[in-house]
Amino acid sequence: MNKMKKILYSLLVALCPLLAFGQIDGETPKPQAGTFFLTNAKIVTVTKGTIAKGSVLIQDGKIADVGANLTAPSGAQVIDLNGLSIYPGLIDSGTSLGLVEVGSVPETNDNVEIGTVSPQMQALTAVNPNSVAIPVTRVSGVTTVIANPAGGLFPGTAALINLVGYTPDQMYAGFKGIVMNFPSSARRSNFDRRTDAQIKEAADKAMKNINDLMDKAKLYADIDAATDVRYYPEMAALAEVVKGNTTLLIEVNAAADILEAIKWVQERKVKAIFTGVLEGWRVADKIAAAGIPVVTGPMLGMPTRGSDRYDKAYANPGLMAKAGVKVAIRTSDTENVRNLPFNAGFAAAYGMGKEEALKAVTINPAEIFGVADKLGSIEKGKSATLLVADGDPFETKTNIMHVFIDGYKIPMTNRQVRLYQEFLKRDPGLVK
Amino acid sequence: MKKIFFTIGLVLTGFTAMIAQTKKGSMLIKGGTVITVTNGTLENTDVLIQDGIIKQIGKGLSAPSGVKVVDASGQFVMPGIIDAHSHIALDAVNEATSPVTAEVWTGDVIDPLDIGIYRALAGGVTISHAMHGSANAIGGQNVTLKHRYGTMNPDDLKMQDAPRTIKFALGENPTRVHGRGNNIQPRSRMGVEAVIRNAFSEALQYKDAWAKYNAEKGKKGARPVPPKSDLRMQTLVDILDGKIIIHCHSYRADEIYMLIKVCQDFGIEKLVFQHTNEGFKVAPELAKYTMGASVFADWWAYKFEVYYSTAYNAAILMENGVVTSINSDSGELIRHLYHEAGKTQRYGGLSDEQALSLITINPAKQLGIADKVGSIEVGKQGDIAIFSAHPLSVYAIPQMTIIDGVTYFDIKNDRDDMRLAVSPTEQVEPIFLSEHDHKCMQDTEWLFGLAEHSHE
Repeated sequence: MNKMKKILYSLLVALCPLLAFGQIDGETPKPQAGTFFLTNAKIVTVTKGTIAKGSVLIQDGKIADVGANLTAPSGAQVIDLNGLSIYPGLIDSGTSLGLVEVGSVPETNDNVEIGTVSPQMQALTAVNPNSVAIPVTRVSGVTTVIANPAGGLFPGTAALINLVGYTPDQMYAGFKGIVMNFPSSARRSNFDRRTDAQIKEAADKAMKNINDLMDKAKLYADIDAATDVRYYPEMAALAEVVKGNTTLLIEVNAAADILEAIKWVQERKVKAIFTGVLEGWRVADKIAAAGIPVVTGPMLGMPTRGSDRYDKAYANPGLMAKAGVKVAIRTSDTENVRNLPFNAGFAAAYGMGKEEALKAVTINPAEIFGVADKLGSIEKGKSATLLVADGDPFETKTNIMHVFIDGYKIPMTNRQVRLYQEFLKRDPGLVK
Repeated sequence: MKKIFFTIGLVLTGFTAMIAQTKKGSMLIKGGTVITVTNGTLENTDVLIQDGIIKQIGKGLSAPSGVKVVDASGQFVMPGIIDAHSHIALDAVNEATSPVTAEVWTGDVIDPLDIGIYRALAGGVTISHAMHGSANAIGGQNVTLKHRYGTMNPDDLKMQDAPRTIKFALGENPTRVHGRGNNIQPRSRMGVEAVIRNAFSEALQYKDAWAKYNAEKGKKGARPVPPKSDLRMQTLVDILDGKIIIHCHSYRADEIYMLIKVCQDFGIEKLVFQHTNEGFKVAPELAKYTMGASVFADWWAYKFEVYYSTAYNAAILMENGVVTSINSDSGELIRHLYHEAGKTQRYGGLSDEQALSLITINPAKQLGIADKVGSIEVGKQGDIAIFSAHPLSVYAIPQMTIIDGVTYFDIKNDRDDMRLAVSPTEQVEPIFLSEHDHKCMQDTEWLFGLAEHSHE
């Protein structure tokens, strides 16, 4: 018996190094910082035209230089792009990325908190930097997204995040806004079986609730300025809105609601961005006149009314842009935020035009979120957040060859790619 | 007397409408880039359709007298798109009352007024497979529709010459509805296999009982008692006899492999897998033993059984020789299947022809209608979609959709409001902010309050 134990023990000892090797077999590429010189590229700067053949120097996480006649500094890693195109990283202005992992598994959903008034809840806190969907998303050239909390009247504070980093703070891209769901006179979906009267009653009640809250927040802000007040995080968050320090992201979609929301924003004198805005085309001139920027999408959606032309969702951003609204595009998605460029492509095809659609996923959101000094175009001094493609990034046929986020060269792989590599030619095949 | 004639007249009109042939048209589509899918792409080529059938493909064809000419110069002409998995134009989707409901048929609940049909046409889709939902291990029978929008008669939408198909479902949906919802088998993937094997075994007994009865019946002096007729059992017998194609909702590789083995044991060869997110893991088996897999371009992670998916699924399946199609399962996605097919070029680098086969000839094969539709070939039905640019480009806009030589969508002439009827009780037109367009689990909401979920 003793002998047996000894044999087992020595077997275990012998196996240990093998097991250890098993764990570290294979290489896992990591995002890589450094000085990179991307050369021989077509550079679509978005804000300063297109350079037919030029270079971009990436240093200390920033675009250190852009131009037609640059030379690589010594020590830079030179990447000859041989005619490929450089675009700014794409920004999705509304997602649940990082907050939701598997839609139908509640344990993995961190975007909805209990209660209807929780503006202080921080989406950034709940962003999982290791979400499997993040590497799946960023290889498409989507580098930066808004992570949105959801539900209730004030579900929480949304955050703009870059899709690189190991902590939420490393990912944070410089904008936070409080989400507000504007009371809706429309049905949530075709499962919403309430009568028109019930819908109106609910909307009126919600509106009164919001107004009471805002009045209270104003009071809180006034008292706060004079003296110390009791801990009241909801009011502390809303007081910043009242004072004009924090922007409201107001989700509003039906035409009548948009008009109400415009009036409300003007009366309350708050800084606001409208989100959703699916029926924006119906009242586009009013939105433009109010000067409120818009985040809209998804483009790949249905018309809101049976009587609407079939392509209204595709055409909506273009119609708003033509009326003079500053438009950014969102997917409203989680795991398929990678479809942002295709959403922009549909908007482009149905009236927005390629140039304006590109702005709607680059410089426009950067300006709307107040981070245009860092993101949204290929300019000297901005964050090195960009993509390299072998064609138009909105086309499905185009391959995204490189992605840089905040100066990090992103490994162009993820679990979906690894599954492809393993199973394209499975071994054993049909017979072992 | 007049009244009687009037009544008889009305009845007769109704009756003729029921049996009337659907409309067949003639047209000459001139000068387009014709993507035949099966025989290459032909520049500056004409397609002549007469009485609903493609009669000629070639250069410089002239229109027979009375045949209208459609100018397609500078445009792309492809076969009408076929969606192998849809729930549009259906009034009900799930008969979620039993793990086996082979006796019901979506062909009984066609809604010809669904605006979704027109929206699909506006995406170049001419045929959809209107399926039962995925609540039951053995669901109901499906119906293949031609999108002849404009009729009030549900029968006009049926593709009469399409073979019968039936919905099966594995994994989370049937185990959730029946096991966790109603506390009956199946609650696990073991139970799903058991339910299916039990059903087929019972069906064999049923078949045997009838065979015995029929053999006895003719004999002199014999007075056999006929077995109780049972439509559920008879439908299962028809599957065993190869008269019905199984279209099985599935996600995980193990459950796909399970059903392949069950079908082998019962001698069933007509088997197509739907969704098949992990089909890429059993691609060699799918290639050898089935009629293929109908998949999403990129859907994943909306539920746990699709967490380990890859957008390269279609490409892996194609490279392994599986007959592969891309479907919508959604009233929204059906409108841009050409775009979904295009994604296989980013995820796996499929050629134009391979990518387009995913939404034309391959789904036709899976529905058993590839001899009639799915490519532009002489002798096939005149189902055509015309695009402004190459249909795999994100900038392509569908221009015209034609079924049996009749135009059902024309971007230049159609009104904005294409509804056939409006609700008489609705005073204000409802606004739907998020169309619940994924209907595989429709009619089971009462069990779980699914209203907030966007995909199933």
